[in-house]
Amino acid sequence: MFGYVVQRLFVMIPTLLVISALVFIIINLPPGDFATAMLQELESQGGSGAQKATEIRALYGLDRPLIEQYFHWLGGMMVGDFGFSFEHEAPVTAVVGERMGLTLLINFISILFIYLVSFPIGVYSAVRQYSAGDYAFSFLGLVGYATPNFMLAIIMLYVLNEAFGISIGGLMDPAFRDQPMSWDKFVSIMQHSVVPVVVIGTAGTAAMIRRLRANLLDELHKQYVVTAKAKGLPPGRALRKYPLRMALNPFIADIGNLLPDVVSSSVIVSVVLGLETVGPTLLRALETQDTYLAGSFLMFLALLTVIGMLISDLALAALDPRIRLGGKAVK
Amino acid sequence: MAGPLKPLVTGRTLPPAKPLEHWADDAVFDPKAATRLTPKQERYYLASQWQLMWWKLKRHRLAVISLFFLLAAYASILIAEMIAPYALDARNTDYLYAPPQSVHLMHEGRFLGPFVYPYKVSLDLTQLKWVYEGDLTRPQPIRFFCAPDDYNGARYRFWGGPELGFHFICPPKDGTLFLMGTDRLGRDVFSRIAYGARISLTVGLVGIILSFALGIVIGGIAGYYGGFIDNAVQRVIEIIRSFPTLPLLMALSAALPVTWSPILVFLGVTMILALLDWPGLARAVRSKFLSLREEDFVQAAQLMGARPSRIIARHLLPSFASHLIASASLSIPAMILGETALSFLGLGLRPPITSWGVLLNEAQNFSAVALYPWIMFPMLPVFLVVLAFQFLGDGLRDAADPYK
Repeated sequence: MFGYVVQRLFVMIPTLLVISALVFIIINLPPGDFATAMLQELESQGGSGAQKATEIRALYGLDRPLIEQYFHWLGGMMVGDFGFSFEHEAPVTAVVGERMGLTLLINFISILFIYLVSFPIGVYSAVRQYSAGDYAFSFLGLVGYATPNFMLAIIMLYVLNEAFGISIGGLMDPAFRDQPMSWDKFVSIMQHSVVPVVVIGTAGTAAMIRRLRANLLDELHKQYVVTAKAKGLPPGRALRKYPLRMALNPFIADIGNLLPDVVSSSVIVSVVLGLETVGPTLLRALETQDTYLAGSFLMFLALLTVIGMLISDLALAALDPRIRLGGKAVK
Repeated sequence: MAGPLKPLVTGRTLPPAKPLEHWADDAVFDPKAATRLTPKQERYYLASQWQLMWWKLKRHRLAVISLFFLLAAYASILIAEMIAPYALDARNTDYLYAPPQSVHLMHEGRFLGPFVYPYKVSLDLTQLKWVYEGDLTRPQPIRFFCAPDDYNGARYRFWGGPELGFHFICPPKDGTLFLMGTDRLGRDVFSRIAYGARISLTVGLVGIILSFALGIVIGGIAGYYGGFIDNAVQRVIEIIRSFPTLPLLMALSAALPVTWSPILVFLGVTMILALLDWPGLARAVRSKFLSLREEDFVQAAQLMGARPSRIIARHLLPSFASHLIASASLSIPAMILGETALSFLGLGLRPPITSWGVLLNEAQNFSAVALYPWIMFPMLPVFLVVLAFQFLGDGLRDAADPYK
């Protein structure tokens, strides 16, 4: 097991390096840089900013070759320096503040929500295939799958506002903003995160139910289940002992597909609901070419999925000896 | 055994039996009669793969309905100008944020045919919003198949070409017809949705063609050659797939220069969507290739000296084209949704181009949604199209395996 963990960790490093290079290229794709954007703004106001622009370029190394900028940025990240946000005129770490933590929290709760909801429904749909409940859940799942989550967020906002007069913008009571974390604040965040989590989790839940149902159905039709039943094993035990455990493997391995989706949808849902997570700031940073801020957010989101996948791989290895011993999972 | 059988019971002999009655067919004996196929069976066994797929698909009721719905939707983009009662940018400045007008059939117990009640507009100074009330005394019949010239936005340039005035449905004379209300500038939302379909639906098609090309070429090369190339491609796919799509899409489309013309932006956004979509297809192609290249017919082709490109194009691709089409129909909605999300955020297409996402961009302002919920209407076609593609894709996937 230990060897497997080490091996997986080593595979992660080149992946992250490639991702960081990709991110750096992408955020440097737009023509010009923050200084040019600022220059234009200053000139449109009648002033001349050429002097300031050169200063800024020299100060932040924007006049150096890209390769050098990249390694500088990469080296900084290793020691926790994520660069400087031009727009906010503050180090990225200061701007980011608690947003990263809250993003992590929201994504984590969403994943938890997806597993908690989809597991019982998936098992029920498979065991009672073609029952009224199965059809109802399948239909609901399809609708949830086809509704883009940002639309669902707007609809939820509208319905809750119309029916209950609640406004659900934000992730905490305004009084707690910029406050250090306390129990009251935590409770407030939990209360406010119900709607976002449901909105973010819907599509993932629908997909998860479908997969678990299909996997479990495959297992249930195998001969060893028939044998177990023929031997007189009670139905509950005949389900739990073998088929469920087999169907659980892909269920956990699927986090690799699930995580990028959840992170994606949390970004756009945060923009719609005005959550204090990475989403809205990333959008703003991309619009203003705030290179390092956007870059570190992108890096953070990628890191989130890569680490999530690592955890799922480790969980899978713990669950299935064939994987940690170098064999292949049998679907 | 030789010799005649001896009677078992001796001493008593049976009376000579009458010859048994028997009947023989005069027709010539056909030894294959039992295995001959009925015409129906023969049609089934000789049917081409596509024929089988279609038969199987026909049994999937929802998939067929979805197919016809999508065909109708795609046909509508050819004549969007005629379906929309108003031209794309026609502003009705007297009717800003007008709610949808409902179509009635009966007026005071009399059947009048489809008609609407005209709006009486007043300004609510306490809430600072326009108040629209139907004038229930004056029913105005809607005109169909009409080419009137008596309202703003009746004339349009058909595909930017000749100026025409024909509509399938027109507002009544001296009246208005806002089936889904109007927006901030008094533009008819229904008309704009009809025009928006043109961009929203083609994004999916153009995008899938690009992503298909990338996926088949890259996946095909990886699957056919295997080894080092396969490994490299697999790593790249893994990295792209481990990245959350939307932030990447956002970053890439934020990089499109603002100076680009609308058509370039459209192509750019489609390109970006395709760039992030091909890994899934490439993976499917690769795994099919890996299993198919071991087949005898591939070896036969190789021994006859066929070049790899010929083997791939002539022998391998056709044998799993149906699977590819099924998975493509499942990734078109992802593209449509991607475009909608980007435009909704203001990073994708921008106003001179009209897509459903661009229309929804107005719904980003929540206070407007709370007051004028009908600006959420462009969600409806997005939802229906995505759902239809989903059903069709499911049906196709089942049908792609006709012998199962």
